[in-house]
Amino acid sequence: MNWRQPHTGGMVMLLAVMAVLPLFLDNSFQYEIAIKVALNAAVCVGLNLLIGYTGQISLGHAGFFALGAYSSAILTDRYGLPPMAAMLTGALGVGLLSFIIARPILKLKGHYLAMGTLGMGVIISIVLNQEADFTGGPDGMSVAALTIFGWEPVTEFQWYWIAVGFLALCVWLSLNLINSPVGRALRAVHGSEIAARTMGIDTTHYKVLVFVVSAVMACLAGSLFAHYNGYITPSKADFFYSIELVTMVVLGGMASTFGAVIGAVVLTVVPQVLTVFENYEMMVFGGVLMGMIIFMHKGLLPTLSEFIGKRFHEPDKR
Amino acid sequence: MGGDLNLGAIHMLKLLTKCAAIVAVGALGFTGALVSQAKADEPIKIGTFLSVTGGASFLGDPELKTMQMFIEDLNANGGLLGRKVELIHYDSKTSSEEAGTFVKRLIFQDKVDIIVGGSTTGNTMAVIKQIQKNEIPFISLAGAGVIIDPVKKWVFKTPHTDKVAVAKIFKDMKSRNLSKIGILSGNGGFGKSCQKNARALAGSAGIEILADETHGKGDTDMTPQITSIKSTAGVQAFLYCGFGAPTSIVAKNFKQLGLTIPHYQTHGSASMRFIKGADGAAEGIRIPAAALLVVDQLADDHPQKAVASAYKAAYESRYNDSISTFGGHAYDGLLIATQAIERAGSTDKETVRAEIEKTNNLVGVDGIFTMSPNDHLGLNEGSFVMVVVKDGGWKLSQ
Amino acid sequence: MLAEFLQYLISGVTVGAIYGLVGIGFSIIYNSSQVINFTQGEFVMIGGMATVSLISAGVPMPLAMLGAVALATIVGVALEKFCIEPSRNAPVVTLIIITIGASIFLRGTAEVLWDRNFHSLVPISGDNPIDIAGAKLLPQSIWIVGSLMVIVCGLWLFFNRTLLGKAMLATSYNRLAAQLVGIEVRNILLLSFVLSSTLGAVAGILIAPISMTYSTVGVMLGLKGFSAAIVGGLGNPMGAILGGLIVGIAEAMTAGYISSAYKDAVAFIIILAVLFFMPNGLFGRKVVEKV
Repeated sequence: MNWRQPHTGGMVMLLAVMAVLPLFLDNSFQYEIAIKVALNAAVCVGLNLLIGYTGQISLGHAGFFALGAYSSAILTDRYGLPPMAAMLTGALGVGLLSFIIARPILKLKGHYLAMGTLGMGVIISIVLNQEADFTGGPDGMSVAALTIFGWEPVTEFQWYWIAVGFLALCVWLSLNLINSPVGRALRAVHGSEIAARTMGIDTTHYKVLVFVVSAVMACLAGSLFAHYNGYITPSKADFFYSIELVTMVVLGGMASTFGAVIGAVVLTVVPQVLTVFENYEMMVFGGVLMGMIIFMHKGLLPTLSEFIGKRFHEPDKR
Repeated sequence: MGGDLNLGAIHMLKLLTKCAAIVAVGALGFTGALVSQAKADEPIKIGTFLSVTGGASFLGDPELKTMQMFIEDLNANGGLLGRKVELIHYDSKTSSEEAGTFVKRLIFQDKVDIIVGGSTTGNTMAVIKQIQKNEIPFISLAGAGVIIDPVKKWVFKTPHTDKVAVAKIFKDMKSRNLSKIGILSGNGGFGKSCQKNARALAGSAGIEILADETHGKGDTDMTPQITSIKSTAGVQAFLYCGFGAPTSIVAKNFKQLGLTIPHYQTHGSASMRFIKGADGAAEGIRIPAAALLVVDQLADDHPQKAVASAYKAAYESRYNDSISTFGGHAYDGLLIATQAIERAGSTDKETVRAEIEKTNNLVGVDGIFTMSPNDHLGLNEGSFVMVVVKDGGWKLSQ
Repeated sequence: MLAEFLQYLISGVTVGAIYGLVGIGFSIIYNSSQVINFTQGEFVMIGGMATVSLISAGVPMPLAMLGAVALATIVGVALEKFCIEPSRNAPVVTLIIITIGASIFLRGTAEVLWDRNFHSLVPISGDNPIDIAGAKLLPQSIWIVGSLMVIVCGLWLFFNRTLLGKAMLATSYNRLAAQLVGIEVRNILLLSFVLSSTLGAVAGILIAPISMTYSTVGVMLGLKGFSAAIVGGLGNPMGAILGGLIVGIAEAMTAGYISSAYKDAVAFIIILAVLFFMPNGLFGRKVVEKV
């Protein structure tokens, strides 16, 4: 927690945007989008640690999100746990699960890792679909309302603060992790794992750490989503949601925490705008996605900040 | 990377603030910009969210086409209460989470007067909390009984429940002295729900399920599952619960494996696509379906004959495609909604809701609707018939 | 007993052969570009859907098939030219996302251009199953497995006996060295897309009589094909065939003997198990990481 960190400015800006945004939101639907953006962004911030900083691909994070959502749903509904306890139990369970599978899975490289994580996600999704007695199957199940020490958020306005609060926490954690010795080790892993290992860095240890952190962030976001939405179906465990999350990270700009947030903003809002295309919606969405990434390989934030940096002749580094 | 972005990030976030403002006021207001007009010449807004793409597009596609046709015809005939009717539609892509978001959009952004939609049970169940909380009349087009049982004040539905379909099949089996069956179901929402109902109803219907198999989404070959059922001793009949391409694949696989026991499918197969896709292998398969499917064979004095044939003729000539019973659910949903608004004389939500509940002897294409405070479906088993595939077409059984 | 086992095997081999065919496409493109091309499944869809729409427009079946393959190939070339080539130096994840964007675009286009219904194709030589010890074998299955064999032989000859094929192999081993000995690496990349899209479309046409064809048929097939390529070891086209057969047979046997509800899960568990013990797949080259 060092306020002299170079990212402090960005963090302050983010908090400012969060604080001001409600002035521009004038109905429940717009709040809903803001809440979804915040929760997606929180998952992306965690996922970005994994993809952007350690260079490990995961095509299975939707699985962790869904596990969080369903542990909240099932533990409160079937076992009568209070929501906060259910959420923490879920997070603990997912933390443990991801810790156990992290070592064998992270031994895989590149596309094999993509396949490994994809397989893991698919298996979670199949179990959620099949165990209908617990999960309600593909039709899903309803989720009890969230209570935080007796207080129950009801309005979208209240939920907005919970969601952005959670996002701020994730961003803050992520920035601190990046600027700690752990972060430097991570970047070394991304640069060259063998070189890092030769330098005496226990690369596996750090990769496992980041994997677990990102899984738990996804899991908590899932829990919050389930309580907010009041209903959950296995489609959130779907392979496509995993892809969507990775796309948000890549689109925003890899290895940039704020980039991940921006990626989530764009990919959550764009589909709402594209509904005007009706039948052509999917076509346009695919085209826009392709185009944005082809013309901005590095992602939105790095490309734009490069552009802005050039225009104002400001030094890039402090 | 990472460390050198601080200043850029500040600029970006400034930009983001602006973007957020634009997004909030501009992009999201895309469709909701017309709100400030005077009430009288403002159209009546009917909102809908359907699975036009994604896993249940076989439902959403004909539903949307039907609704667009219905609204256009309605406006051509002077609209409703002297006002034009506007259909605001979003594609839920069969995702329940998207359905939830779109319902909020319909309620708060587009400020619709009534919602008719929700192709699947999952999509419908995911929005019920919002509907109830925000008190807007909602007519669902999805199958499961749980939607209206227990009764929810603002929620109605038009299709027969999956339970009725299964009960109908079991009754037909019993009448043919078949009591030991094997089931294959798709693992999507539709198949799962049908499987659950079959398991639940089997005991009381005197049916014994000897084999209970499942297939996955996008599977291309079901012979292993059917072989497994085939080799289960004592199976007298086969039931497939599912929809879309697998219905035809199962029919083909079933025939290829040389099985000759009676073959049943559900209303998920109630479309000419199924017969054409199976390429001759569908002959003799029996399904329960709304009378709409065999409207030509209904007696001339059958109460549904006129409505159903009119719908069939209009749909088929307009879209150059054969009807399915799913479009019929949407037709009935709009019929109930527009008649209720007509009777209410306004779009006041509580009055319209009360009028929907008073729907009495309304002849739709699915059947005849009589709703009450305890019955938000208002259809009985009677309007459901068994049909059998014969000579590449549907034939009314019984 | 035997009849059932044979039936599961036949089903597994047929489906596995298709997974393998899709998997080869992944491998060929991976070899020349290190890109995982997630539009591979869409080539399968284009093959089937274009054939159906051409036939319904009155084109005779063989011509319709050729036309469909040609269309898929054109799409493949366009994809390489306009999407992959401008992004040559982008990170691997970025390239994956571009191909995913392309696959969404193609699916969307197909739904607008054609429809969202499912269609069937008439099997090449009839629908009457052949009886083998109580198990039924479809003529179409023979076509599928036969075509696969022809393609395998063709590819083997191509990679081992022709200069162009050897140039492709050389590029996959060492891009820079290949360029230095005068191989036009960019053309090789284009060629790999031509080959993959053609093979994908062929797979789509072959399987349509069995699985039907519709705008989203490529989604699951693409995923399974990717699994096949990974199990066999990325970059080894023959490995992809074997991988496909392993996945297909595992699915069919699980559905028959263990649990049809968990058949896909079991297939993925097998894949994970293979990867845990052989992190480069069954026949993958060991990736030597340079410092």
